[in-house]
Amino acid sequence: MAELKTRPAPVPNIPRPAGPFNRANQERTKIVGFTLLALFFIVLPFISKPVLQLFGPTVFGDTASAVNTTLIFILLALGLNIVVGYAGLLDLGYAAFFAIGAYTMGFLTATQSPLYKYFHVNFWVALPISFLAAALFGVLLGAPTLGLKGDYLAIVTLGFGEIVPITFNNLTDVTGGDSGLAGFIQPDLFGFQFTSSTLEAWYLVTLAVVILTIFMVRRLVDSRIGRAWMAMREDEIAASAMGIDLVRTKLLAFGLGASFAGFAGAIYANSLGSANPSSFKFDVSVLVLAMIILGGMGNLWGVIAGAVALAMSDRYVIPFLTEQVRKVADGIKLENKLVDGVLTTEPNVLKDILTNIGSNSRLLVFGAILVIMMALRPEGLFPSGRRKMELHSATSSDLQPFMSVSDDPLNKADDAHSLTYNPSTNEASLRDESDRSKDSKN
Amino acid sequence: MSQNLLEAKDISKNFGGITAVQKVDFNIPERSIVSLIGPNGAGKTTFFNLVTGIYMPSTGQITFDGKPLENLQPHQVTKRGIARTFQNIRLFANMTALENVLVGEHSRLKTGMFGAVLRTSSVKAEEKRARDKAMELLAFVGLAGKEDEFAKNLPYGDQRRLEIARAMGTDPKLLLLDEPTAGMNPNETATLTRLVDRVRHDRGVAILLIEHDMKVVMEISDRVTVLSFGRKIAEGLPEEIKTNSEVIEAYLGKAYAKSVGNEKDKG
Repeated sequence: MAELKTRPAPVPNIPRPAGPFNRANQERTKIVGFTLLALFFIVLPFISKPVLQLFGPTVFGDTASAVNTTLIFILLALGLNIVVGYAGLLDLGYAAFFAIGAYTMGFLTATQSPLYKYFHVNFWVALPISFLAAALFGVLLGAPTLGLKGDYLAIVTLGFGEIVPITFNNLTDVTGGDSGLAGFIQPDLFGFQFTSSTLEAWYLVTLAVVILTIFMVRRLVDSRIGRAWMAMREDEIAASAMGIDLVRTKLLAFGLGASFAGFAGAIYANSLGSANPSSFKFDVSVLVLAMIILGGMGNLWGVIAGAVALAMSDRYVIPFLTEQVRKVADGIKLENKLVDGVLTTEPNVLKDILTNIGSNSRLLVFGAILVIMMALRPEGLFPSGRRKMELHSATSSDLQPFMSVSDDPLNKADDAHSLTYNPSTNEASLRDESDRSKDSKN
Repeated sequence: MSQNLLEAKDISKNFGGITAVQKVDFNIPERSIVSLIGPNGAGKTTFFNLVTGIYMPSTGQITFDGKPLENLQPHQVTKRGIARTFQNIRLFANMTALENVLVGEHSRLKTGMFGAVLRTSSVKAEEKRARDKAMELLAFVGLAGKEDEFAKNLPYGDQRRLEIARAMGTDPKLLLLDEPTAGMNPNETATLTRLVDRVRHDRGVAILLIEHDMKVVMEISDRVTVLSFGRKIAEGLPEEIKTNSEVIEAYLGKAYAKSVGNEKDKG
């Protein structure tokens, strides 16, 4: 038995590329990236306007409000990324929690709220309550769907995402129906009064919440809890056999994911001064999902990049493109003809189509971006190491032997030469062996 | 003989009209290796799933470490000290080897949501201990230096060993191995057999082994139990099982068993 103990298992000494996770390095890169990103975002509203005005004032509207919207979307994307990216639970009704955050803020602070007669609180108190309310609904939705995965879960969450805004729409007495809940009392801080037009102030508040969220998500993911989420995403049966309580882990993912949407909704609604059910429809859920897929699911920075890319293109690129299309459409001259003595306009199909695209093509362009993206780069702009491997593992493992040949300093041959040379030597050696075996037979 | 770690009494499991496991009595003494063998469909894996809480027994009771295993979820069974590997490897493919073992340690760690966010010094210390333990386990199964490899990029034999390291991360008293040498070449099988023996010897973990490779079974088992069509048909020392006519019949059919028996009579 002693002999068994001392014999180590053979470890093949094959040169391999640096491990996908070089922890110290990754940590440093992340800290630098984080600082740069934070600095960029702090100065953004102050430099964006003059820079963007270079492109012409007609195309770009108020940049500060666009940046604020982007930050709200970053919050939403970070929250959904917990549920979909880490825990692997496909949620198509995420906007529901956004709505719950917004209306909770409304019920607690708006003058039109039915509760206003009895009590109201200020924004800073209502903000964490909205966070908790969304978390509660996240758990409530999570509980009945515990046994569901993938497509089935997606359908249930889709239903939930429809129910919530419709409920807010139809409870006219409580929520003001489709005209929305208005009269939010906006906060003041150290004597500074926030209003719907103090965009820079809202920007800094939202930025602070985003930074807090990034901090929380990063720490959660790199902990026992984050590992449990990922294990559950990889294999539920194995995860529970390794001692992970699936119920608790799933509900935590749902609740936390929802709570960040609650944050986002509360800030969004209060900064606008009102909440309207039409802002929380299915397209918001899909937009946020597209952001995390486009950016790179499971990677914090990728998700943020995806949110920035889509929110900004929604605000600037798409209007710019549609504007150009509309100009082309306007340029097409219609011919007038005299028919039976009456001056009539000839129909022009091309102009009709272009006018339509020019006025209502947001989703068309959006869809095109997604299709192109998924075809060319399914892992997203900035994928996590894992997902890259997942989607490209075949190619990367095919390449490895060649890479190690050309990386070897002793092998002076250039790539092309070594590629043509190696197989032939292999063949030659094989032939030698078969010859030898023939010889021995003879 | 030492105390029994696991005692299963009169266990049955029905799926509709089919009885997969029928009135099986079964004991695993502490620090022992007990093998469960039998032809395909004999109910071995069902028995595993009964012990690990994936199924509830239709009748009978399983006692582990002096307490009944009743109405427990799989993760609760794991926390009680029973770990398992899977017949078809079920690693967390897109996680590194180290992370796989850390997930195994999940039920022995305490960090909650707030601890993870605040990252207090006790959380940091716990994380450090967990990592050290995981590295030590990886070295124990012979995967030192491969901690940053994704599980799915490891060779087949390494994946089997990583599954054992991950199961050992749960600090088990009893380790259930479901065909750990399936699909391995003789060299890999020999290494793994030694590893299983070391798990028992160095770590004091009792092992319940399902295995088709009789060489492995006969080499390391203290006791062997044979199931056939859900019933226990034999139990005993490896040498006894080798010559048991009912076992030979179950594996090879009546005719062969008869001829073997005849030869023995002549001899």
